[in-house]
Amino acid sequence: MNPIITRSLTKKFGNFIATNAITFEVLPGEIFGFLGANGAGKTTAMRMLCGLLKPSSGEAFVAGYNVYTQTEKVKKSIGYMSQRFSLYEDLTVKENIRFYGGIYGLSNQQIKDKTAQLLQKLGIEKEAGQLVGALPLGWKQKLSFSVAILHDPAIVFLDEPTGGVDPVTRRQFWDMIYEAANSGVTVFVTTHYMDEAEYCNRVSIMVDGKIEALDTPVALKSHYQADTMNDVFLQLARGK
Amino acid sequence: MHQFLVFVRKEFYHIFRDKRTLLILFGMPVVQIILFGFAITNEIREAKIAVLDQSHDYYSRRLTDKLVASGYLITDQYLQSNNQVETAFKAGEIKMVVVIPAKFGEDFFHQKKVTVQLLADAGDPNTATTLLNYATAIISSYQQELELQNNLPLTINTTVRMRYNPALKSVFLFVPGVMTLILLLVSAMMTSITITREKELGTMEILLVSPLPPAMIIIGKVMPYILLAFVNAVIILSMGVGIFGMPIKGSILLLLLECVLFVLTSLSLGILISTVTNTQQTAMMASMMGLLMPTVLLSGFIFPVESMPEPLQVLSNVMPAKWFIIILKDIMLKGAGLRDIWLQTGILAGMTLFFLGISIRNFKIRLN
Repeated sequence: MNPIITRSLTKKFGNFIATNAITFEVLPGEIFGFLGANGAGKTTAMRMLCGLLKPSSGEAFVAGYNVYTQTEKVKKSIGYMSQRFSLYEDLTVKENIRFYGGIYGLSNQQIKDKTAQLLQKLGIEKEAGQLVGALPLGWKQKLSFSVAILHDPAIVFLDEPTGGVDPVTRRQFWDMIYEAANSGVTVFVTTHYMDEAEYCNRVSIMVDGKIEALDTPVALKSHYQADTMNDVFLQLARGK
Repeated sequence: MHQFLVFVRKEFYHIFRDKRTLLILFGMPVVQIILFGFAITNEIREAKIAVLDQSHDYYSRRLTDKLVASGYLITDQYLQSNNQVETAFKAGEIKMVVVIPAKFGEDFFHQKKVTVQLLADAGDPNTATTLLNYATAIISSYQQELELQNNLPLTINTTVRMRYNPALKSVFLFVPGVMTLILLLVSAMMTSITITREKELGTMEILLVSPLPPAMIIIGKVMPYILLAFVNAVIILSMGVGIFGMPIKGSILLLLLECVLFVLTSLSLGILISTVTNTQQTAMMASMMGLLMPTVLLSGFIFPVESMPEPLQVLSNVMPAKWFIIILKDIMLKGAGLRDIWLQTGILAGMTLFFLGISIRNFKIRLN
C-alpha cells in the first residue's frame, strides 16, 4: 500500500471549496512536491492528511491508516515541519530534542541515543547546551528537520521548510531531505521555490482547489514545452 | 504519562526562563500586598488638627485631650481667633479645626446645650468625612462620660461593636481582594498568554500534529500555573496573617480548597480567552480589559457592591471574583464552614463548568 492515497478528497468551508475532489498517490520513499499558488488549497489538503482537519468528503489513507477514523495512528506515523520555525527558542538544543522525542512516546534511553546520533550528524555537539534562539537560522532549520524525523516516521510533511533561508543552506537542507528519502522516509513537501520543485521525484500543481498537473518535473516540462518548472507553474497558475 | 511529564517540564522551562513571567508571578503579589497593606489604606492615622478653644475651662481642655488620646488625631496648633482658621487651612497641614465656644463647661451644665463646630478641609472629601466621623464619635463619647458623672436622666446610650473586624482594619478587605486579583491574573491572564504564545510561534500546530491529545496539551499547559497560583495563594495568606495579623477563623483546609476552586475558575476563563484570540497581545488586552478591570471595579474589592446602582449590582453577580471574595472573608473573618458558603462555592463551580464547556465547543469549531 502506498504511503499516501487520496480519492476525491474534498474540504468545504461553508460555500467555499478549498480542496476540490483531489485524487493522487504518493509512492514509498518518494520526494513528492506539492505546489500551488497561495490560496490554492495546499495547506488545507496537507492539514487533512495530518489529521488536523476533518475532510468534508472523499477518502484518504496515510501510512495505511484512515484519516477519518484512525487519526491517532496517522499522527504517530508522520513527522511535520512547518514554514514557521517549529522549535522552542527558549529551550536548549538538547531540551528541544528531549521534548519532541518525549511527546512522540520515545523512551528515555531511545531519546538519549537519538540525541547523541543527531548532534554528531549535524556536528553541533558543542552547541547542545545552548538555547536554540542563539543558533543561526540555517542550523535551526536543519535541527528542526532532524527533530521532525526523530521518531522514524514513515512519512514526513514539510510545509515550505526553506522559507527565508539562504541558497547555500537551502542546498544543504535538500541534501538532508535526500538522505532521509534514501533511508526510506517518504517526503511530502510544499514549496514556493520552483528550483526546489526540480529536486522532487514527482510534482503536483494545484490551482483553485484542484490538482491540474501531476508528473515528474522532466515530463511536466516537456508536456508544457517549458524550459523550467517556473514556466510550467506560471502557465498553469495564470489559468489557461 | 511520560508524555505528559515531558510536556509539563517544558512548560516550567518557559516560565523560569522568562524574567517577565517570573516578575508577574512572584514579584507582583508581594508588591501588591505591601502596597495595599501599608500605603493604600482608608484609615487615617495621626491627622493634624487645630483647636480654637474660646472657653479655656477644665471641660474644654479635657475634650481636647480626648481628641488626641484617640491616636487618630494630633493637635498641631492652638488657634487664638477666628481669623486664624483660614490661614491654618491654607498652610495645608491642618485637616480639621475644632472650634469650642466660650463658656463651654458652663453652657453644657446650665443651658444643657452647647455647640462645638467642626471645620474640615473637604478638598479631599473622603478624608474629611472620615475625620468628621472620628471627631463626632469622640465628642459624643465625651458627652456620655460627662452625663454619667452628673447622673443626667433620659439619655440614650448606643454601644457600638464592630464585629469581625473590631479595629476596622482595611487590610482585612485588601488581603482577600489582592489575593483574588493575583489568582485571577496568574491563572487567567498567564494561561491565555502562554497558550496564544504557542499559536503565535506556530508551535501549537506542531503539537496538534503530534500524537498528544488536544486535552493533554491544554492540561499540560495550565498545570504549572495551577501549582504556581496555589503557591501564590499560600504566600499571600501567610503575609496577610504574619504581617497584617489577619485571622483565619475557619478551616484552613477549606480555605485552600476554595482557592483551588477559584484557580480552576480563572483557568477556565483563561482557556476561554485563548480560544478566541490568536496573539499574546490580544490575549493580554482581553484579560486586562475583560477580566481585571471589571474585577477591580465590580467585585466589591474597592467599591462596595451595596452602593452601586442597581444595574451594576446585577452585573457584579457574573464576576467570579465577587463570590470568591465573599468566601474568603467569611472563612477568614467569620469562621464560616462549607454549610455557610455552599451557595457561593456552587456558583463558582457552575461558572467553571460553563466556561470550560464553551472553550471545548470553541476548540472543536476551530479544528473543523
